[in-house]
Amino acid sequence: MRETLLDIKGLTKAYPGVIANSDVSFSVGKGEVHALLGENGAGKSTLVKMIYGLVKPDSGSMMLNGAAFAPPNPHAARGSGVAMVFQHFSLFEALTVAENVALGMENPPKPRDLAQQIRDVSETYGLPLDPDRTVGGLSAGERQRVEIIRCLLQDPRLLIMDEPTSVLTPQEVEILFQTLRKLSDEGTAILYISHKLEEIRTICESATILRRGQVVATCTPRDTTARALAEMMVGASFDAVQRATKEFGEVRLKVDGLSAKSPGEFGTSLKDISFEVRAGEVLGIGGVAGNGQDEFLAAISGEILTEAQMVSFDGAPVGTQGPEARRKAGLLSAPEERLGHAAAPDMSLTENAMLTAAARQGLMKKGFLNWPKATGFAEQVIEAFDVRTPGAGTAARALSGGNLQKFVIGREVLQRPQVLVVNQPTWGVDAAAAAAIRQALLDLAAQGAAVVVISQDLDELMEVADRFGALNEGRLSDIRPVQGLTVDEIGLMMGGAHDMEMAHATA
Amino acid sequence: MIHLVKRPQPSRFWTAVTPLLAVLLTMIVGGIMFAALGKPPLEAIRTIFWDPIFGEFAFYYRGQLLIKAGPLILIAIGLSIGFRAGIWNIGAEGQYIMGAIAGAGVGLAFYPLDSFIIFPLMILAGALGGWAWGMIPAILKTKFGTNEILVSLMLVYVAEAWLASVASGLLKNPEGRGFPGSRNLQQYESAANTEIIAGTGMHWGVIAAFIAVIFAYVLLTRHIRGFHIRLTGEAPRAARFAGVKPARVILFCLGLSGALAGMAGLFEVAGPAGQITIDFNSGYGFTAIIVAFLAGCIRWASCWPGC
Repeated sequence: MRETLLDIKGLTKAYPGVIANSDVSFSVGKGEVHALLGENGAGKSTLVKMIYGLVKPDSGSMMLNGAAFAPPNPHAARGSGVAMVFQHFSLFEALTVAENVALGMENPPKPRDLAQQIRDVSETYGLPLDPDRTVGGLSAGERQRVEIIRCLLQDPRLLIMDEPTSVLTPQEVEILFQTLRKLSDEGTAILYISHKLEEIRTICESATILRRGQVVATCTPRDTTARALAEMMVGASFDAVQRATKEFGEVRLKVDGLSAKSPGEFGTSLKDISFEVRAGEVLGIGGVAGNGQDEFLAAISGEILTEAQMVSFDGAPVGTQGPEARRKAGLLSAPEERLGHAAAPDMSLTENAMLTAAARQGLMKKGFLNWPKATGFAEQVIEAFDVRTPGAGTAARALSGGNLQKFVIGREVLQRPQVLVVNQPTWGVDAAAAAAIRQALLDLAAQGAAVVVISQDLDELMEVADRFGALNEGRLSDIRPVQGLTVDEIGLMMGGAHDMEMAHATA
Repeated sequence: MIHLVKRPQPSRFWTAVTPLLAVLLTMIVGGIMFAALGKPPLEAIRTIFWDPIFGEFAFYYRGQLLIKAGPLILIAIGLSIGFRAGIWNIGAEGQYIMGAIAGAGVGLAFYPLDSFIIFPLMILAGALGGWAWGMIPAILKTKFGTNEILVSLMLVYVAEAWLASVASGLLKNPEGRGFPGSRNLQQYESAANTEIIAGTGMHWGVIAAFIAVIFAYVLLTRHIRGFHIRLTGEAPRAARFAGVKPARVILFCLGLSGALAGMAGLFEVAGPAGQITIDFNSGYGFTAIIVAFLAGCIRWASCWPGC
């Protein structure tokens, strides 16, 4: 038995209308890798925010190293040896690695010493990183290393990691795990937040499972099956996605030699992408975030215009047409960023239904809008996709991420597209709803649509896709049937190996 | 400790009541300030808020109310449509001047011909003049990415220079004994923007303002074009995803607000002002910015579609 480092007793935190954490108790030993497992909205984030001093608990107590621990702010938490790597990085793209690290430190040493310290730490823990490089040019995995090293320089006793692998290739995940094991051997405890079950079974010694703000179980993940973990997490067994045996029809979407410059300064330009998707087929596009996924979707949705023959829909070149014309023809899409891209935050769900469905659902006559009909369509989406909201008049911003995601996907699926391209369709959606969304995508394909799913969740792609390709620096790998693909092959397709070599070479 | 937290959903009640509350608070705070200056506060408030409509000289002020409100509404409507899309036309004053010059120029060119067609032609020319002046920042923005706030504002000073030039040159009254300023359009029946109902201040510009209000309302709440304008202002990326071409919205909004400001200029110069002078413009174009912003607080247009 390990010596206890962090002991949490009866932590409770309520927000107006929702209890985020109710009487949560668990403890983490010195050097232990402890998983915090739960669906989105289960209260994991609130819990770690309390430990990191970002949120003050309503009641309950924490002990760190045998002493009472109630950090009033993150500064105090860092002072007590608690560090955190957030899911969303807070880095300045225009600054170098060393400058970014210095900005996050309490008393940064001189730039030259700091660069040396960064090199030392990155070598000790096997995290290749060049302190002089500009963050704007780093991959997501390398950016995460910047955050981790920033934490490690403060010599933490407890390291909190929020969904650290969501942006990594399998090879990068392996490197991260080696680092975590090494830290654990040295006595640093790690609180590891995730909903990826296999990962938790690989790396974690113990797990606390949260559901609706309460601890429902504590277990040793290695001795528990993934299915049992999932059922504890969800609280019920849920339907696995059903796959009908399929025969593919005509080519519906053809992309031929697609090259396009990214509109953004730090974006990735697309380079010579070619593929075909047939009626009834689901193509999965993997790849680490920031390798051209957004630009890829934009080129197919019509937000980025290209030469006509670069994108063809049912045999007709559409590369020069805008989103409205493509949508009218039956080529629909759902971008990754829900708030601000797929939906306007301050507009109601009715108005957001109008956003893409105006022409196709007959919500508009000679330019004049039929709002009652739009409300009807929005309600149809809410009903069919189980969107939890008071009504269609609610602002998109007021919905939780998962519910808005269900609305956005539902809005496109219910328009009966002939081709549907989605980016991260189940990002931030709970397991049951994610299964429902995947089922809807498969049903759509079964009805004769061609579906392209862009995702960073490989399990998801393996589950829904018939064929798989990966984006790496704006290029698409060869496309291979999913059946028989190994994790190593996928990793190579994602360009992980190539990426690693680069990182080692520059370190 | 008090925390300010944004409501997930704006309250209908407070959306409606806030403007009234603002006026009430203005009265109270204003009253306190008058009291501090040693003036009777109630009398001051009455003079500002009550007398113009119900007081002794109201017969004069009531007319002035529409005369002043007409151009302000006409310009502000155009501006607020642009503001909804996040396009900041600060140069309505310039478009107003150029519209007045163009419209008055057409009228004066026909002098002394008598025909019913002259006044409509002047309105058209006024709208075109304002539109053209508004298109300069629009085209510069779409082609070169210049800032429309700066360009439209600078063009006000260019327009004022034009006004000074034509008032003492091209459009100068040949029978004006050398004084700067054009012929008085009020005295040229075919070109005059006359009061439609005597004593009310109701002239054609006020009618146009009311038509513009209805047009803007229908555009913003019932038409895809207006929906796209609002979408552009609320979430530019979502607007592009919906298929909105940003350049088109810029051209449309700056062109429309320019045309409306130009019309306002024509109605002013052919009506209350009567003639092109060096300083006939009374700053309506700038005041209308404030009007548009105050109206924006009420957000009447955005309250509807959600119902």
